[in-house]
Amino acid sequence: MNLLNLLIGFLKVGLFAFGGGYAAVPLIRDVVLSYGWLDQDMLTNMIAVSESTPGPIMINLATYVGSTQGGIIGALIATLAVILPSFIMILIIVVLEKKLLKNPYIQAALSGVKPCVIGIIGATGMYMILQHVFTAFPGGTADAIALAVTAVLAVIYFGSRKITKKGISPVALIGIAALAGVLVYGIQ
Amino acid sequence: MNLTMNLFLTFAKIGLFTFGGGYAMIPLIEDNCVTRKQWISHDEMMNITVISESTPGPIAINCATYIGYKQKGIGGAIAATIGMALPSFCIIFLISLFLDRFLEIRWIANAFRGIKLAVGILILDAAIRMIRKMPKKPFSVAITACAFAAMMLISIFSVRITSITLMLIAALTGLIVFQIAKGKEGDA
Repeated sequence: MNLLNLLIGFLKVGLFAFGGGYAAVPLIRDVVLSYGWLDQDMLTNMIAVSESTPGPIMINLATYVGSTQGGIIGALIATLAVILPSFIMILIIVVLEKKLLKNPYIQAALSGVKPCVIGIIGATGMYMILQHVFTAFPGGTADAIALAVTAVLAVIYFGSRKITKKGISPVALIGIAALAGVLVYGIQ
Repeated sequence: MNLTMNLFLTFAKIGLFTFGGGYAMIPLIEDNCVTRKQWISHDEMMNITVISESTPGPIAINCATYIGYKQKGIGGAIAATIGMALPSFCIIFLISLFLDRFLEIRWIANAFRGIKLAVGILILDAAIRMIRKMPKKPFSVAITACAFAAMMLISIFSVRITSITLMLIAALTGLIVFQIAKGKEGDA
């Protein structure tokens, strides 16, 4: 039953993950939290691990959730399920020579979906930040240490772009954050 | 070496050496598939990038499927896509076997408490980058703003509406606006 849920859950993720990269995070969050496969903390940990290991984030998360829920078979099912929709979609488009994408109705639907995805990703990031800097969100009080570390990380990450053109990479930010965690929470 | 094997190995190499996924992979794919192997032209590569923006799934997987199919039909598409996903699958599967025990070590748990604070920033930044690249039509901006507000409210009040529902509503809105615009053109 769990394997079937993994299949359905990750087919859904694969089918709606427009935009690539972090676009799949809100979808995966919906699916894993609703089935209780991961809690918010573990999901956040895995996003960081996915960012620091090779390959698309969506595949990394599918493999991890599949493996923890159903071992190697679960990992295979979840990973194949998340790839399958985009695989089939590209085959259809190649065979139809892009005619499908030029269809005005599909264009009209996509004109709504694309900006919607951006709003969803932004809200997910914002909500995760709020959840981490408050002891409970909504309703808790601000956690001074988390708030300070978040502020410093944001200044380093966005500020580095003022100094060099590209700024520091996401992996470098994760490294700095890890170091900050060891220092700040270790001393406590 | 036969072509199917070559496709598999080339994309496995690309999958192994790209961190973070998304657009970070494009230069590596271009270097391998356009410059060295000459499987596709530079124009075709641009074309795939455009197609990827309108189809679900990571751009790396979309490229692998497209190039694999163009070179060797369905078999080529499967070989290239599996090749692309295999390195991350293996790495994450190994990590999934010991991550829990790893997180019990105190200083590593502390590091992840720090890392957690960086992840929200990275996701928010992904949305900011997408907003910068988005054409600023009033319709798109309105959809992004509504999706952001809706997703925040859904998360805060734990409403059981998924991001997929929001995307479907956005697609429908796109279609309705298109129909109205077409109707007006008809009147004029």
